[in-house]
Amino acid sequence: MTDLTKLTMSEARAGLQKKSFTALELTDAFLTAIDKGNGALNAYVLPTPEHARAQAKESDKRIAAGNARSLEGLPIGNKDLFCTNGIRTTACSKILDDFKPTYESTVGLNLWDAGAVMLGKLNNDEFAMGSSNETSAFGNVVNPWRRKGSDGKTSTDKLVPGGSSGGSSSAVAANLCLAATATDTGGSIRQPAALTGTVGIKPTYGRCSRWGIVAFASSLDQAGPIAKTVRDSAMMLKAMASHDAKDTTSVDAPVPDYEAALGKGVKGLRVGIPKEYRVDGMSSEIQKLWDDGIAWLKSAGATIHEISLPHTKYALPAYYIVAPAECSSNLARYDGMRYGLRVNGDNLIDTYEKTRAAGFGKEVRRRILIGTYVLSAGYYDAYYLKAQKVRTLIKKDFDDAWNSVDVVLTPTTPSPAFAFGEKSGDPLAMYLEDIFTVTVNMAGLPGMSIPGGLSSQGTPLGLQLIGKPFDEETLFRTAQVIEDAAGRFAVPDAWWMKG
Amino acid sequence: MQVDEATVRRIARLARIKVSDEEAKGLEKELSGILDWVKQLDEVDTSAVEPMTRVVDQKLKMRDDVVTDGEIADLITANAPMAEDNFFVVPKVVE
Repeated sequence: MTDLTKLTMSEARAGLQKKSFTALELTDAFLTAIDKGNGALNAYVLPTPEHARAQAKESDKRIAAGNARSLEGLPIGNKDLFCTNGIRTTACSKILDDFKPTYESTVGLNLWDAGAVMLGKLNNDEFAMGSSNETSAFGNVVNPWRRKGSDGKTSTDKLVPGGSSGGSSSAVAANLCLAATATDTGGSIRQPAALTGTVGIKPTYGRCSRWGIVAFASSLDQAGPIAKTVRDSAMMLKAMASHDAKDTTSVDAPVPDYEAALGKGVKGLRVGIPKEYRVDGMSSEIQKLWDDGIAWLKSAGATIHEISLPHTKYALPAYYIVAPAECSSNLARYDGMRYGLRVNGDNLIDTYEKTRAAGFGKEVRRRILIGTYVLSAGYYDAYYLKAQKVRTLIKKDFDDAWNSVDVVLTPTTPSPAFAFGEKSGDPLAMYLEDIFTVTVNMAGLPGMSIPGGLSSQGTPLGLQLIGKPFDEETLFRTAQVIEDAAGRFAVPDAWWMKG
Repeated sequence: MQVDEATVRRIARLARIKVSDEEAKGLEKELSGILDWVKQLDEVDTSAVEPMTRVVDQKLKMRDDVVTDGEIADLITANAPMAEDNFFVVPKVVE
């Protein structure tokens, strides 16, 4: 039998429909792969094999009875930021200890109602704060991709899978699930997708309910999928998105059939190339990737237009005021009283302070302190209010651009996957990972990363598409053209399966 | 913008996070670096700009003011570090 874990989600769907294999066989193939391969990658922090098998058996019954749902029997991984009823959820922080939610996230519920099978909970940067998955309380996630040296030989040096959804990107690239849930506050879906040769889409703010997702920065957080192909990501997003009375910012609008948009092509589509993204010192391989993307869309009938997004350079500094401010407010709930860790002190305040010092990791503490500072008396106007005004200007840049273009094309990241420790010593160097992705969150727009080529070291590079609010369909049809031209990028050697 | 040790301690107290002397020293440098870097926003003229208050243009939704959930005290206290008879047990707050 062929290796079922190598199938794409849409191929697996077809195989189940044709009864070439059962949902239980498919699930077992992934559980075996996780058993063998997760030790080397650390993508899952909690595999849930019994839960998965029970769901798969239920799916097989439905398939046999002829009432399969849209993702019936398709095994996926679930980022540990999504609350799972009765199953440990930690946001990969010590402060949540062995928190077992008594409810399911709305996005999770939508996926299980569509018939998807949960293989386990996936690693991420603590509270989704990081760009390399080096801040997780459960340790680093390893990228299945490896660099080639100048002699052409593959190095065994470990590379980061990006972050914060590093467990999701690593597991999808390593065939440890068909697709995965992820979240994106400043680039946490798109950057890890770019670094692992996978497809990731952060939909428009409001498209997916945030209910039951551990909050980081509420005006920026949005859920989306990481998947092997553009089609698979369309299948996933269709199931994940919904209007939800439990999240007042979720939007009451119909969710289109994204798969139906895939074949529509880009003839006559106006593609914007923002000149401000040609940053100083951009490497020649990122420049070439971008040029390739432009050429592919042009030859498929799109027209290319240079545009200006003048406030681009201010998006990242504004983000590092807004996101920590919202984080300091959201994470105030972890006080050791109602759930999670408690470290007893001499009095109530001492208990709070000891609990939070022991429970939060270094990067999370740093961001809470920055956020507390910029919101504190005397500094609110100078920092927080200023950043929210700059944010208005960033959004206006895009609003103006939509008068002349339909979609924007940029690289996803300034460089390919890097080694552990390469950027973790310097917070600002790490923050720059999000330089091309963060504007999208600040403006609430949909953004998508699609593999576009390989670096000189043989590791993946991603192209980013940015769309108008709630126009994910244009992203999907444009992404399909890029995928058709660039091809798919699979890791050449499954070294993590060899023990 | 230079954040001194006293400021680090004041902020840490507001955030209810205990910091050691050694950590406070490191944070002085890190926080100063980050705050210096975000200060580039001062280059932008925002005198006539409204701050963003919502990401997506939509009217605030209204709902009926009715009880939709409840009677689940056991679920709410299920994850508490200490709980008794559906009450959270916390350190003494009032002397």
